[in-house]
Amino acid sequence: MKNPNKQIFLLAHILALILWGQTAFGNTLKVCKTCTYTSVKQAVQKAKPGDTVLIDGGTYQESGIEINKPLRLIGQNNPVIDSNYKGQILTITVDDVTVQGLTLKNIATSYIRDDAAIRVFRASNVRILNNTILNTYYGIYLQNSEKITIKDNVVKGENDGKTESALGNAIHLYYTDEVEISGNNVQGHRDGIYLEVVKNSKVHRNTSRNNQRYGLHFMFSNGNTYTYNVFRHNGAGVAVMYTDDVRMEHNTFEDNWGAAAYGLLLKDIRDSVIRNNIFRRNTTAIYMESSSRLDIKNNDFERNGWAIKLMTTCVDDTFRLNNFTGNSFDVSTNGTSQLNHFEKNYWEKYTGYDLDKNGVGDVPYRPVSLYAMLVERVPPSVMLMRSFMVDLLDNMEKVLPSIIPENLVDEKPLMKRVKHDNDKEFAQVLRQTTSAAGRER
Amino acid sequence: MNKIIKYVLLDIIKSKIIIAYTVFLLLLSIGLFNLGGSPDKGILSLLNLVLLTVPLISIVFATTHFYNSYEFIELMVAQPINRKKIFMSEYLGVAFSLSAAFIVGVGIPVIIFSSGLTGFYLVLTGVFITFIFVAMAFLASVITRDKAKGIGIALLLWFYFALIYDGIVLFILYAFSDYPLEYATLAMTALNPIDLGRIIVLLNLDVSALMGYTGALYKSIFGSVWGMATAFGLLLLWVLIPVLSSRRIFARRDL
Repeated sequence: MKNPNKQIFLLAHILALILWGQTAFGNTLKVCKTCTYTSVKQAVQKAKPGDTVLIDGGTYQESGIEINKPLRLIGQNNPVIDSNYKGQILTITVDDVTVQGLTLKNIATSYIRDDAAIRVFRASNVRILNNTILNTYYGIYLQNSEKITIKDNVVKGENDGKTESALGNAIHLYYTDEVEISGNNVQGHRDGIYLEVVKNSKVHRNTSRNNQRYGLHFMFSNGNTYTYNVFRHNGAGVAVMYTDDVRMEHNTFEDNWGAAAYGLLLKDIRDSVIRNNIFRRNTTAIYMESSSRLDIKNNDFERNGWAIKLMTTCVDDTFRLNNFTGNSFDVSTNGTSQLNHFEKNYWEKYTGYDLDKNGVGDVPYRPVSLYAMLVERVPPSVMLMRSFMVDLLDNMEKVLPSIIPENLVDEKPLMKRVKHDNDKEFAQVLRQTTSAAGRER
Repeated sequence: MNKIIKYVLLDIIKSKIIIAYTVFLLLLSIGLFNLGGSPDKGILSLLNLVLLTVPLISIVFATTHFYNSYEFIELMVAQPINRKKIFMSEYLGVAFSLSAAFIVGVGIPVIIFSSGLTGFYLVLTGVFITFIFVAMAFLASVITRDKAKGIGIALLLWFYFALIYDGIVLFILYAFSDYPLEYATLAMTALNPIDLGRIIVLLNLDVSALMGYTGALYKSIFGSVWGMATAFGLLLLWVLIPVLSSRRIFARRDL
């Protein structure tokens, strides 16, 4: 009876030993005011590959710390490294480095060197965890690297009264693959998260707000996934350009407000999925240009100025099971040709009826109003918004469509709001539409 | 003057039209607020009501009232009273009674369902619109002695400001769309009290879609306290110009 228990106990011990052996591979060098090492730079220079540098609480006036051997830099009791505007703080040029629990601050704008609090250059397996980065030009800057984890950091800049060019990005990635960016809180920079030529990466559960330009900005970054992020109150919202195979799901785009602000700006995006997102109070929730084969499904568009601005350069995009409520304009476009599909969306402005009670309206709905077209062509005509004359024209156009695009139509508008949670009704509708789509193919 | 205003008010209340108007507004506003779901939507629907029916009823009621009380006016003119005073009492009597009806009919539901700055602007705009269109009605009435003609002119004025003007503006904007029209539209807005009122309320309400460049311009001009003061100052001008010119015509005309 006792034997198996004992064996398990022994096994656990051995396992623990192995694990401990791995974690404690190398020595621990402690940095504090009264220790052998009083500066981080000193400790890093003295450390051997695989060592741990434990930094105790306090403020260290340091900059230009170069990490060129595998190390673990761990902060204890919230240590602060203040560069005092003298350049970059941490430069990582080697694989297998962990930076954890530090507060890094004060980096001046440097147009030539692009100074960052943490720069990773040609490295892999770098982990940047639980750091706080305050008042810097760039926050975390990765280039030509791979397999990086950036998790639970707070990057806070000060963009008051600064121009766009005097600001850097909070998290900046350039030619870096397989990155996991999760749980970060970025604010007050130019772009919250910037990705250029980044592949196979995941961006999860981040909060990006109050950035001067974009909350999230990516270009030429194929095969990435963005889920459960919140983009709020950024100068121009979120912009994504020249990218294939993107998944954007369960994100929230909120309060991206202003003359040139967008919830989500899509330019040259192909074969991508935009699902279960919430767009709330944006000037333009989605602006689409030259974007094709997108699947836009189960999103909520609430109280936006324009829910969707669909340029005629977009081809083969599908809009299904979305809710459009309280938007000033549901869809607007700049021409009459339309090669996109709208099906089974809920339009709050829909006034049709449903005689056979199957939940689908019997009259097709044209989400583009004449006035929306007019505003697109002659912007100053917004001054006539809600004018009786405009309502009259819109209704006339509804009866006899001549200017609005004939083909931009939802043939099966839903009578009731789509509930995106997993209730049965929704699953049923989903199954119907997917089977219908399957049959079409 | 106060005495004459009192008589005019009593006369209007006796006709019971004003009470019907109040009840109509009250029912409509409560209905719209209950139907719309959100108070914002209620305000929007109410805005359409304020900008369409309030001018119409004000202008028609005021014109018919003026012609109907012609005998009373003639009697007053025979007394040693300044003609301008008689005219102003008539005007204020009608305008006050219609505004009171509006404040009771729309103001009270607004306070109950969505009291806020937007609601306040809506009610204030409505009161101004009432004063403006009563003034226009009086202008139409003093221009001609013929009742049918007067009502015709009044209706035409309403038709012009509520509908035709926007059509013209739309046409101008469309025809000259290659030019920067932002300041031109601003000027055109100022030339129509209904448009002005609509934009004052909209800037506080449906702001997002109004943004754009024109919207931003409007916001920068009307957004501040001074901007709002300017907008309401323009509305006040819209009251004063027809009132003063019709008073002048009335004072000099052979009755």
